[in-house]
Amino acid sequence: MKANIVEIVKNSPSYKELVSKRTSFGLKLAAIMLVTYYAFILVIAFDKKLLGISLGGVTTVGIPVGMGIIVFSFILTGIYTKRANTEFDELSEKVKEEVRKAGE
Amino acid sequence: MKRFLTILAALSIAATAFAAGGVDGAVEKQALNINAIVMFLIFVLATLGITYWAAKKTKTAKDFYAAGGGITGRQNGLAIAGDYMSAASFLGISGLVYTSGFDGLIYSIGFLVGWPIILFLIAEPLRNLGKYTFADVASFRLRQRDIRTIAAAGTIVTVILYLIAQMVGAGKLIQLLFGLSYSTAVVLVGVLMILYVAFGGMLATTWIQIIKAVLLLSGATFIAFMVMMYFNFSFENMFSSAVEIHKSGVKIMEPGGLVSDPWNAISLGLALMFGTAGLPHILMRFFTVSDAKEARKSVFYATGLIGYFYVLTFIIGFGAITLLALHPEYFTHAVTQLTSGGLQTLVSDTNASAVLIGDKKALMGGDNMTAIHLAHAVGGDLFLGFISAVAFATILAVVSGLTLSGASAISHDLYASVIGKGKVDEATEMKASKIATLVLGILAILLGIAFEKQNVAFMVGLAFAIAASVNFPILLLSIYWSKLTTRGAFVGGTVGLVSAIVLVIMGPAVWKDALGNKEAFISLKNPAIISMTLTFVVTWIVSKMDTSARGAEDKAGFEAQYIRAQTGIGIDGASGH
Repeated sequence: MKANIVEIVKNSPSYKELVSKRTSFGLKLAAIMLVTYYAFILVIAFDKKLLGISLGGVTTVGIPVGMGIIVFSFILTGIYTKRANTEFDELSEKVKEEVRKAGE
Repeated sequence: MKRFLTILAALSIAATAFAAGGVDGAVEKQALNINAIVMFLIFVLATLGITYWAAKKTKTAKDFYAAGGGITGRQNGLAIAGDYMSAASFLGISGLVYTSGFDGLIYSIGFLVGWPIILFLIAEPLRNLGKYTFADVASFRLRQRDIRTIAAAGTIVTVILYLIAQMVGAGKLIQLLFGLSYSTAVVLVGVLMILYVAFGGMLATTWIQIIKAVLLLSGATFIAFMVMMYFNFSFENMFSSAVEIHKSGVKIMEPGGLVSDPWNAISLGLALMFGTAGLPHILMRFFTVSDAKEARKSVFYATGLIGYFYVLTFIIGFGAITLLALHPEYFTHAVTQLTSGGLQTLVSDTNASAVLIGDKKALMGGDNMTAIHLAHAVGGDLFLGFISAVAFATILAVVSGLTLSGASAISHDLYASVIGKGKVDEATEMKASKIATLVLGILAILLGIAFEKQNVAFMVGLAFAIAASVNFPILLLSIYWSKLTTRGAFVGGTVGLVSAIVLVIMGPAVWKDALGNKEAFISLKNPAIISMTLTFVVTWIVSKMDTSARGAEDKAGFEAQYIRAQTGIGIDGASGH
């Protein structure tokens, strides 16, 4: 990559916006996933009876919680994909456009 | 090309002959295996047809390693799911749910939660920076020789461990399902996988994954649907009946012995979550799509499909508890007994108080046969044949993906970049990749046969631990940490690799279970919490202390790399190679 392209992109407000928004969004979602999963694992490690509490019948709290984590993981990927497909891709296009213009 | 096709034809005839040999044996043993073999032959013929088609289209290195980059996000999502849903997870997790109930769900969740992490942190930069292997990305701004060596080591060790586990599982499963001998099964799997990969490359491997994913998901959906129909689509009905007749009773509804203490729980969690993000054959799949957008779509679809699959295995395992109890013929030494609630359960024919439902060994062929027996119970002989063929196809697809990834590390990273210093021409590199495929395939066959009687349960766990302790940290830090240097990554990765292997050998899985010693040196079953932490800490310290000229060059290269990782700018150029 040519040095001047690096300079152009580095100083582009759209690039800065893209990087800060995507990085913080990605990290936030990753943190949510980690916390959810580790909360689940630590409950199992320290107080597994908590997941064995009955929901009235035979079904225990653990079942909707476990199934819920599976569905939740998928929803998180959906949330990220939706925002990235629109907002982040638009910003990224803007940066590319700026580089194209500068190259003319 | 012509010569290749002649060999292809000759080998496919040989493969058919192997299978035909199995028909004779199967007829004597069990007539219904013919269904399985016929359906499997149809699958083999179709996949060889795809390989023939793919071989004609595979002309460049990009075609071979990355299917020309022309796979769509949706297709790749299916193929990733195909790569990830191994026979071990289909049969193993449904078996685990059948024997331990809720514990099976804990495993499934661990295998799933790595996927969102891949999406949020890895998938897009990976696509923007790499060409064919994850080492392309890790070595983007670092010195090729060192980083490709350690990344290739991480890849090859992961692939071989995974391959051995798959081969041994395949041999045993096929023995049970088709009546073929263990070694015939291993050779058959090995030969077919060499054919697919060497001739059809990534294009054939991708389509085999896709077909297999569709077959497996359809089959599992059908079984789960039949189970739910039996219980009038009520989970409560399914659980209450299971609790009444399972040998562990109400305990199957809560976490049991799988996760025994906090350290083991956290360590296993780390290995599963971050190991997924470091599996070389999975990472390689992201280079088959055109851009970052398709890469992210791939993960979205893959996560949904894999999550759905785990829900199905959960239903299959729980449903099997009740439905298999109606079939004493699937058990060894079982007699029918009624519970106080009037449900049918099975007890041992010598001891009426020993309930067999949920017993690992009481089921014919062991608890891994849960889904197979259930397939027969709900769909009869024909469907049993279908599921058996799908299980075989699943093994083939997974080992093909693994072999391709291992062969790429050998030809693209070690041969072309480390030994050839990047001066190897494309035709020679492709030839090297085909030779590497052949060598890996033969090695897999030999190791598969050598490990027949060994306990290989630890191998997939170790593969995940190494992926989490070598591949993932190097990849993550090279993408995001500007101060990472070649020396830091190399030393850190090496420490991670060695510590993961040593800790597993000293741990209960190898020292006690596989080698038969009384006590293990350490009680940690999965080393990730130590080995992965070591990699990060050592990499950080060594990078920080690195004042070499190379280190300065590594840090200076970060900015341009980061821009490309974020935007894809420069992706058409040859920078970084």
